[in-house]
Amino acid sequence: MAIPDEEYILKTTSACAGCPSSLILRYVTKAAGPDTVLVIPACCTSVIQGVYPTTAMNIPVYNVAFASAAAVGSGMSEAFRACGKKTNVICYAGDGGTVDIGIQALSGALERGNDFLYVCYDNEAYSNTGMQRSGATPFAARTTTTPAGKQDLKKDLDAIVAAHNPVYQATACAAYPVDLYNKVVKALSMPGPKFMHVLAPCPPGWRFPSEETIEMGKLAVKSGMWVLWERDHGKLAITGASKAAMVKRIPVADYLTRQGRFKGITEEQIAEIQAAIDRSIGCLQKEVESEC
Amino acid sequence: MSAKLAISRPAEGAAGKTGTWRTFRPVVDREACNECGLCRQYCPDAAIDENLDIDLDYCKGCGICAKECPKKAITMVREED
Repeated sequence: MAIPDEEYILKTTSACAGCPSSLILRYVTKAAGPDTVLVIPACCTSVIQGVYPTTAMNIPVYNVAFASAAAVGSGMSEAFRACGKKTNVICYAGDGGTVDIGIQALSGALERGNDFLYVCYDNEAYSNTGMQRSGATPFAARTTTTPAGKQDLKKDLDAIVAAHNPVYQATACAAYPVDLYNKVVKALSMPGPKFMHVLAPCPPGWRFPSEETIEMGKLAVKSGMWVLWERDHGKLAITGASKAAMVKRIPVADYLTRQGRFKGITEEQIAEIQAAIDRSIGCLQKEVESEC
Repeated sequence: MSAKLAISRPAEGAAGKTGTWRTFRPVVDREACNECGLCRQYCPDAAIDENLDIDLDYCKGCGICAKECPKKAITMVREED
């Protein structure tokens, strides 16, 4: 699929240099086209749009309260459909606004079956307020509120969403924009609730140099720490670079030790994370083979 | 539409000329470039146009283009003050 040249985010937002969320939003909006409304709760994207009375966003944006993105998105899409309009409604929310604060609204909207797409860009912490721990922060990662490393596991958002049986659910990663673009196009071609979970390696938050955003995303996928897949009407398929990672993976230490947030991680913790990856890949493989 | 409504209108430079943020500037070696377009694909701020020219008014100098260039045709050069 050829990716259109049109850009819907004008030069430039005030996002940090090397921001993966900006890159993700570029491809989400390219895939959606001009007849789209973005619903954005409190997150990095709500603070980078520009200074009133101007904005870098060249499509309509509705900035809403932290907990309400999915509720607003579902109501807005109902209103558009009632007026006979096919306008795409896309909620674009961070991990804090999805796995923690917005989960109730998301669950409700998915259950009501409204026609909208929810994109969670996951940088694994509350980044725009200074990198505090979120439910999506992985085990052993240091944040400003877990200075010795997080003791709990990352919340399995995809399993929670899958339990609602959305028509389409997918993961993606900022390092693979073509895969992301194709999935957004596919999601928007179906009526009903759609959900996408996109990994966003955040240079200041994860503590790596800004030029390594893409490389860090690739390492996440190659190590199996992040798996690219889609569930079309419940049927799981592994996509893109993750097909190779299902068979052969680089050691997760190669991904973890490149990031300052995992400074001081112990060998035991790395082994624990490696075992968790091997286990979850095994489960995905069984689901692909329709064994569970 | 009432001017009292707090609606922002789209405009280039809504967050200022972010090129002033740079400490390193991307310099393209056109001889080495094979026009694959990966730099343009990966630029988070769409600061690289269809001719693969970098808009230095807005380029924040993140260095992704230089890092991802398969031909190593882009080098990051420190900005003079």
